[in-house]
Amino acid sequence: MAASTETTAEQPTGKGKGKGAPEPLGRHAGAAEGGSDAFLSVRDLRVHFSTDDGVVKAVDGLSFDVEKGRTLGIVGESGSGKSVSSLTILGLHNREKTKIEGEIRFDGNELVKMPERKLRDLRGRRISMIFQDPLTALSPFYTVGEQIAESYRRHMGANRHDAHARAIEMLDRVGIPNPKTRVNDYPHHFSGGMRQRAMIAMSLVCDPDLLIADEPTTALDVTVQAQILDLLRDLQDEFGTAILFITHDLGVIASMAHDVLVMYAGRSVEKGTVREVLKNPRHPYTWGLLSSMPNLSGDVDIPLRPVRGTPPSLLAPPSGCPFHPRCDYVDVVGGDSCSTERPALTLAEGRGAACHLTAEDKQRIFIDDVRPLLG
Amino acid sequence: MLRFLVRRLLGVAAILLVVSLITFYLFFAASGADSVVRLSCGKNCTPEMRETVRQNLGLAKPLLEQYWIFVSGIFTGRNIGEQTCNFPCLGYSFANNQNVSHTVADRFPTTVSLAIGAVVLFMTLGIGLGVLAAMRRGKKTDKVATGFALLSGSAPIYVLGPVFIYIFVQQLGWMDRPQYHQFTDDPLLWASGLLLPWICLMTIHMAMYVRLTRSTMVDVLSEDYVRTLKAKGLSGRSVYIKHAFRGALSPIVTVLGVDIGVLMSGTIITESTFSLHGIGMLAVTSVTDSDLPMMMGVVVIAATFTMIANLVVDMLYVVIDPRVRLS
Repeated sequence: MAASTETTAEQPTGKGKGKGAPEPLGRHAGAAEGGSDAFLSVRDLRVHFSTDDGVVKAVDGLSFDVEKGRTLGIVGESGSGKSVSSLTILGLHNREKTKIEGEIRFDGNELVKMPERKLRDLRGRRISMIFQDPLTALSPFYTVGEQIAESYRRHMGANRHDAHARAIEMLDRVGIPNPKTRVNDYPHHFSGGMRQRAMIAMSLVCDPDLLIADEPTTALDVTVQAQILDLLRDLQDEFGTAILFITHDLGVIASMAHDVLVMYAGRSVEKGTVREVLKNPRHPYTWGLLSSMPNLSGDVDIPLRPVRGTPPSLLAPPSGCPFHPRCDYVDVVGGDSCSTERPALTLAEGRGAACHLTAEDKQRIFIDDVRPLLG
Repeated sequence: MLRFLVRRLLGVAAILLVVSLITFYLFFAASGADSVVRLSCGKNCTPEMRETVRQNLGLAKPLLEQYWIFVSGIFTGRNIGEQTCNFPCLGYSFANNQNVSHTVADRFPTTVSLAIGAVVLFMTLGIGLGVLAAMRRGKKTDKVATGFALLSGSAPIYVLGPVFIYIFVQQLGWMDRPQYHQFTDDPLLWASGLLLPWICLMTIHMAMYVRLTRSTMVDVLSEDYVRTLKAKGLSGRSVYIKHAFRGALSPIVTVLGVDIGVLMSGTIITESTFSLHGIGMLAVTSVTDSDLPMMMGVVVIAATFTMIANLVVDMLYVVIDPRVRLS
C-alpha cells in the first residue's frame, strides 16, 4: 500500500458538531469558521537526524491540520516525535544535522523551505511557542517584563516605553497580581505557575495566530496545571488563536483539545475529534494509552495496564506497522500484513486510525476487551 | 550590601595580617638577626653601620613586638633611626637609602599603566575573538580564532619581547624602546611608549579569554532559554550578544579579577624584558639586593591589590547575575 494514501485532505470539521447537546468531553468549536483551507497544514513531514549511530527517523510521514481558533492535541510517548514536529514548524531544529521533507503550510506560506530570515519575522509574531519547563525557558539575567517587551519591540517596532506598558498589560491579562511591580521581577522571583503565565504572556504579546504549546503543564503541579489550562482556553476564546497542544497526558487533552492526533514512532496512528478518539478509540495503541491511565471516577480496583514492551528505536523502526511488536491483536489480523505492510491512515470526515484490523474487529475488541478496563 | 562590604573588608584586613605575618617571619626571623643586618646594610658595611642598622630595625626587641611596630607603623608612621617615615610607612630600605612607601608609590604608575593598557587590549581582542568563535562554532572562523589564541598563548614574553624590539625598534624603527612617560604629561607618548609591552601582555593573556568566552558562550547557547529567544524571533545578534554573552560574563569577570590582581602586583617578566621600572622590577631588584624591607613592602602591596580585585569581582557578580545575593 502506498504511503501517499496516508495523506488525506481534511475538510473543516466545524459543521454538524458542537452546536447540540453539551458534550462531557472536549470543547466546542469557538471560532471554527475559518476559510476552506486549513490554517496550518502539515503534509507528509519527515524529519531525519543524522547521528553517529545512524539516521534517526524522528518524524516519518506526518500529516495534520490545525484550524483557526481550534486546538489540536498531539499525544504520544516520549520519543514519538511530537516535540520534534513542533520545533520543525518554527524551524528551530538543528539545520545542519537534520533532513526535512514534506510540506508545512501556514496561512499560505511554505515554512520548510522558507529562509531563516523570513522565518524569524514569523516566529513570535504569528506563530509562538511555550515550553515545558518555565524556569529554564526564561533567561535568568533579564526581568520578566524585559523578556516580554523584547519580543514586542522586535516585531511591532514599539519603543521601550510602549513595550513596557504592553508587558504590564499582558502580565495583567494572564492573571499575575500587581503586574506593575512584578514586571520588574526576575524569573527566579516567580513561582512555577507564575513563570508559565509569564511565558504565555510572552508568547501572546504580539497576538499570534498560532500558539504551539509543548507540554506546557507537565512541570507544574496539578492545581496550577488546571489554572494554566483555563487561562489558555480563555485566551483562545478571546483572541481566536489556533493552538497546537503537545502532551503525553490524555486527561489534559480531554479538557483542552478539540481534535486529537495520536503519534507513535514518528507517525500518526489515530486522528479525530477529542470525543471520538477518547470515547471510541480505534487503534490498539490508543487503547493501550487509555487503559494505562488511572480513572478516578471508575472502579479503583481495575488494575492499570501499561502498554507492554518499550517504545521502538527510531534508528531502526519496526517493519510494517511500527506498533506490531507491542500489539496484542496481530493474530486477529492474521497473515503477516502487520509486520510487512505499513497501515495507512485513511480519514473519513477527519476520523481514522492506521491499523490493519477490520472495522468490525476493532468495534468488537473495543467493546469486549478495552471498554471494561476504562471503567 | 553595606554589611557585606564591611564584613569582606574585615576579612581582607585579616588575610593581609596573616600574609604580612608570614612574610615578616620568613624574611626577618627565619634568616636570623645577623643575616638580616648584613643583608639590609648593603655591601660596604662597617661594623658601626651594622650596629646602627641593628638599632634602627629594632632587631633586639622580641619578634612579635617587631611585627607590631611594622604593622602599626603602616598606619601611624614611625621613626626608623634618623628617618621619619610617615603614613603609610612600609619601612625603610637601608640598602638603597629609600623610604619603601615612596619607592613603591614611585613605581606604581608604571605598573598601573602597563596593567590598564594590557587589560583593555586583551579583553577587547580576547572576548571579541571568543564571541566570534562561539557564533561560528565548528566553522573556519572558529578554528582560526581558537588556533590563533593557542598560538599566541604559547609564546613566552621573554621571547616575544626581544623579537618585537628587534623587529619594530631596531629593524623597522617604528618606535623607540619602550619607556614609561607620565600619562598626564603626554597621553600619546605614554601610549606609544608602552605599546610593545601591552601587546606582549595581551598576547599571552588573550588565549585564556578567547577560550573561556567561547566555551561558556557555547554552554549558554545550549540552554533552554536560548531556544525560547529563537522562538521569539530575535535576531542572531540579540541572541548572541544580549543574551548568550551576558550568560558568559560571570566566569570572564572571575578570571579578570585574578588577572588584574596579578598585573597590579607587577609583571615581573614583562617589566624586566622591557626594562620598565614598575613594581615587578622592584620585586626583582629587592630580591637580588636582599633588600628585606623593600621585599616586605612589595609583598604587602601585591597582596592588597589581589584581594581588592577579588572583592570587586564578588561585588560585580551581583550586577551581572540577579540571582546572586551578597551574604
